[in-house]
Amino acid sequence: MSLLTKNKKKHGYLAPHSNTANLVMILAIGYFLVPIVWVVVNSTKDNLQLFSTFSLWFGNEWHLMDNLKGLMTQDGGLYFTWMRNTAVYSIASAVGATIISSMAGYSLARFNFKGRSILEAGILAMVMVPATALVMPLYLMLSKINLVNTPWSVILPAMLSPFGAFLIRVYVQESIPEEILQAARIDRAGEFRIYWQIVLPMLRPALVTVFLFSLVSSWNNFFLPLVMLSENKYYPLTVGLQSWFAQASQEGGNSILFNLVIAGALIAIIPLIISFIFLQKYWQGGINAGSIK
Amino acid sequence: MKLRQSITGWLFMIPFLIVVLAFLIAPLGYALYLSTQADTLVGGQEFVGFENYKFSLTDPIFLEGVKRVFIFGLIQIPIMLFLSTVGALVIDVVNTRLSRTFRLIAFMPYAVPGVVAALMWGFLYSESFGPFVGIVESLGAKDFNFFSLKVFIYSVSNIITWAWTGYNMIIIYSALQGLSREVYEAAIVDGATQIQIAIRVKLPAIKNAILLTTIFAIIGTMQIFTEPRILARYTNAVSNGYTPNIYSFNLAFAQSQFNYAAAVSFTLAIVVFVVTAIVLALTRRKGRVE
Repeated sequence: MSLLTKNKKKHGYLAPHSNTANLVMILAIGYFLVPIVWVVVNSTKDNLQLFSTFSLWFGNEWHLMDNLKGLMTQDGGLYFTWMRNTAVYSIASAVGATIISSMAGYSLARFNFKGRSILEAGILAMVMVPATALVMPLYLMLSKINLVNTPWSVILPAMLSPFGAFLIRVYVQESIPEEILQAARIDRAGEFRIYWQIVLPMLRPALVTVFLFSLVSSWNNFFLPLVMLSENKYYPLTVGLQSWFAQASQEGGNSILFNLVIAGALIAIIPLIISFIFLQKYWQGGINAGSIK
Repeated sequence: MKLRQSITGWLFMIPFLIVVLAFLIAPLGYALYLSTQADTLVGGQEFVGFENYKFSLTDPIFLEGVKRVFIFGLIQIPIMLFLSTVGALVIDVVNTRLSRTFRLIAFMPYAVPGVVAALMWGFLYSESFGPFVGIVESLGAKDFNFFSLKVFIYSVSNIITWAWTGYNMIIIYSALQGLSREVYEAAIVDGATQIQIAIRVKLPAIKNAILLTTIFAIIGTMQIFTEPRILARYTNAVSNGYTPNIYSFNLAFAQSQFNYAAAVSFTLAIVVFVVTAIVLALTRRKGRVE
């Protein structure tokens, strides 16, 4: 039924404003694309052309392959170590965050226990705690148990996702009827089996959303790994690119590193952009569940 | 039965509670503890109560950083959320290939790490790599510099606006999509224009989503770190205490003043908390009056 009304709406009343709206959208698309176009275009240039050709269009030579080759071989292939680190850290913390917050959200939505209302208020308060304020004390704590400068120091703290728990709670309340759970209990299914075999599959869209958002936030995180990691073989892309960029700026314009920073930036953003394009349906649906409340 | 419910409920909470305890409550507690200590002349630490906090409240470097992120937020957040809301209202009523492309591309910066965004914009802003200095100067400005003391803060706010406008737009758009169509179909029948419907019917109905984006924007703004830190290579605008987070980072890792850095971090957390609480209280009260 909503489809019908939607279609009616589409044709009914839009025509008069469409031209202004279209112009605004085209301008906005241009604005959002400029940096990305810049990176794509300039990853095909060598250092000489970077300085000498118009910056928003291709030069007359094509150096993309050289730059990618340079990226692969610089410092013994360090870039791909960073790439792998980023993938490992962010997938591990996103999987952890998704499982942990799905259990917590399910518990808050469908179980009655003492202290639940305090926990619910607590979760909202936790959302407001600035994550960066925790990083420095965490560094000092973890250094006492020799966990700093290890992958764990980046993976474990990122499993904390109060907003994920909140999102799952809302989603469970809206889409998993109490009756299904009761029916399963009457059939003597164990609580964990109910969660694993009934609740989790029904939660799939919300799980994908929480997973994606945790993945992005640790993929993009800079402050935590910058503080925690001191050896470059543990760096994720963000910290690694920053260190190359710092080197390049120190050496002045002659450094070969500028090409590599640009090519590295391009390769760093491709995986997430592609996954967002393909998973559009999921993140849009999932945000929906969280924002109506 | 009731007991069983209670026990199972807690069991499902355990992993979450462990993570909260280890990575939220413990560091906050530890920061609080550190912040009440100070180095003694003979080495070692002693309890100094609230001395570090007293010092932070009169520390011009810290206060200037706080003031800077406040002013930054007061200007940048309304602009960004205005753009996000307008964008969301547009894609809510226009459903064409263009509007779907726009929706996707506006969201794309969210998938770009802050470090990379800062690098890209840094190149775009620079005189030797980017087109913008030339463009601005051809419009008549002389010796324009995106990294000068005065302009730099706007250069940073452009990066943050670029990164988060689409994300906020999608949140607001989702709320719009969740509205029941009947509400404004009645308004159409009554002859209301699109703009009237947007302002009188839709905006009040998505108040909560806008509030949510406002709160996230405030929390994010108070913690600004990445963009100025990356771009500090180009500019001397980024001082030791440019933002509270940069200050706390420098105190801890460049000056080894961990106790005072903890006090600064903790004060920042309290300020964020108080500001969001005030915003929540103000908007709640406003809702009641209406």
